[in-house]
Amino acid sequence: MLAVEARGVHKSYGAVRALAGVSLEVREGEFFGLLGPNGAGKTTLISALGGLARADEGSLSVMGHDVVRDFRRSRRALGIVPQEIVFDPFFTVRETLRLQSGYFGLRRNDAWIDELISRLALGDKADANMRSLSGGMKRRVMVAQALVHRPPVIVLDEPTAGVDVELRQTLWAFIRSLNAAGHTIVLTTHYLEEAQNLCTRIAMMKEGRIVALDSTARLLSEFSERVLKVKLERGELPSALARGASQDAAGAWRIPIVDVAHVEQALRELRVAGAAIASLEVAEPELEEVFVKIMRRDDRPAAP
Amino acid sequence: MTGFPTLLHKEVLRFWKVSFQTVAAPVLTTLLYLLVFAHALAAHVQAFPGVPYREFLIPGLAMMAMLQNAFANSSSSLIQSKITGNIVFILLPPLTSLDLFAAYLGASIVRGLVVGLGVFAATLWMVPIPAQHPAWALAFAVVGCGMLGALGIVAGIWAEKFDQLAAFQNFVVMPLTFLAGVFYSTQSLPPFWQAVSKLNPFFYAIDGFRYGFFGQSDVDPATSLAFASAAFAVLSWLTLLMLERGYKLRH
Repeated sequence: MLAVEARGVHKSYGAVRALAGVSLEVREGEFFGLLGPNGAGKTTLISALGGLARADEGSLSVMGHDVVRDFRRSRRALGIVPQEIVFDPFFTVRETLRLQSGYFGLRRNDAWIDELISRLALGDKADANMRSLSGGMKRRVMVAQALVHRPPVIVLDEPTAGVDVELRQTLWAFIRSLNAAGHTIVLTTHYLEEAQNLCTRIAMMKEGRIVALDSTARLLSEFSERVLKVKLERGELPSALARGASQDAAGAWRIPIVDVAHVEQALRELRVAGAAIASLEVAEPELEEVFVKIMRRDDRPAAP
Repeated sequence: MTGFPTLLHKEVLRFWKVSFQTVAAPVLTTLLYLLVFAHALAAHVQAFPGVPYREFLIPGLAMMAMLQNAFANSSSSLIQSKITGNIVFILLPPLTSLDLFAAYLGASIVRGLVVGLGVFAATLWMVPIPAQHPAWALAFAVVGCGMLGALGIVAGIWAEKFDQLAAFQNFVVMPLTFLAGVFYSTQSLPPFWQAVSKLNPFFYAIDGFRYGFFGQSDVDPATSLAFASAAFAVLSWLTLLMLERGYKLRH
């Protein structure tokens, strides 16, 4: 079954076109990344999925339930962690989670609420008012709120923006375990390293359209490569190596390589050419490079 | 099981947790009105035959406080949730338009009734008044608070900023309450203003509520209940329509 399906979704706010025909499928159990610069339409797409916004055209469904016609089932199947930190200052952490649980019609959900509190390291603050929590703590409560009804599909909209390293690690360990237990995860983030490590498939959006959609491995192999980064103290790069190589802003050469044998060969050629090496590094393919290339490739004027 | 009972509970908790502001303060304000107006006007106004002005004033003032607080409850809850953004926690769950409407409305009625009880509790020991037809009084209390609770939802959804809501309160709710015969019987007005008063749905809520205490009113209570209920029904329909369309809530 498809966890999330979007078909030809259009959405405009006045003259601003936020979504210009988005279609995508997320399969059950996937860890899916939704990437793109600010204003690409990621949050609008997520809002339309959760019923916070209404698509002008096209349809969306969660676990096979249309988000408009069958909104009760689709929302029960979906847990969204919104991007902005928001909270209700009238309540404590535990009250907040109990209320959220009740909105889904769930009573006697305390065992799961306790587990969420402990898994997200909120135990010390369970009876503290929301107002007294730090930003990172509030973010954890928002994650717990999104999970309170055990949704099969979990959407995290930039969950680690402005969050410290420790929380980021606890959060990802928890989300990974949920994914391992069968939950589908959809993630948006500006930390491309996170996306690269976590996501099995990635969609990239720009100006309301999907401009790339493939497995992370394929995107990496197609748009990025393993390179040998060499900075020379003196001497020239031998012409055999200069083919296909490029120089970055810091003056280091990026030489594409396939495997370790290739590295040895390159070093030999440098030695033969009498070049002195200042620094040396083997860089693995990076999603950041993929992202930059795809965004540039697609740098054509927007359709009128 | 739907989320309605939880949302109703949350909306009641929301004002109850700050009951000093949401219940005690309006009760005090009403007492001040009573002291000042009873003193200033008692010699000039004969509202109902055989009913001292101080007594006449109490049900009207109580109803005014109830109406204003029923309006304040739903409207302030919605505007705060919209401005702070925590409205998403209510929009993301599978709550229907009817769930949302009934929960905000129910909490407004509870707040109105609690404030009304507070006003009576605070005044009865000074000015005991009869309650000749308590069932009529209760019916008008519920319909009146319902009407304003629904109007509060409309205003809370429509307003995008606190000052817009304040404008709604100052230019719509306040004039309608003050001109609804809280301080006088509309029988004492010139014919033109009597006719104007009868266009004001708040008037029927106050007049009918007063009938519950004194067995006297400007308009027959059944007629008043029909007009007040009709206004309540129209506002409820409008509120449900706005919620169903997602007006200013689901963009």
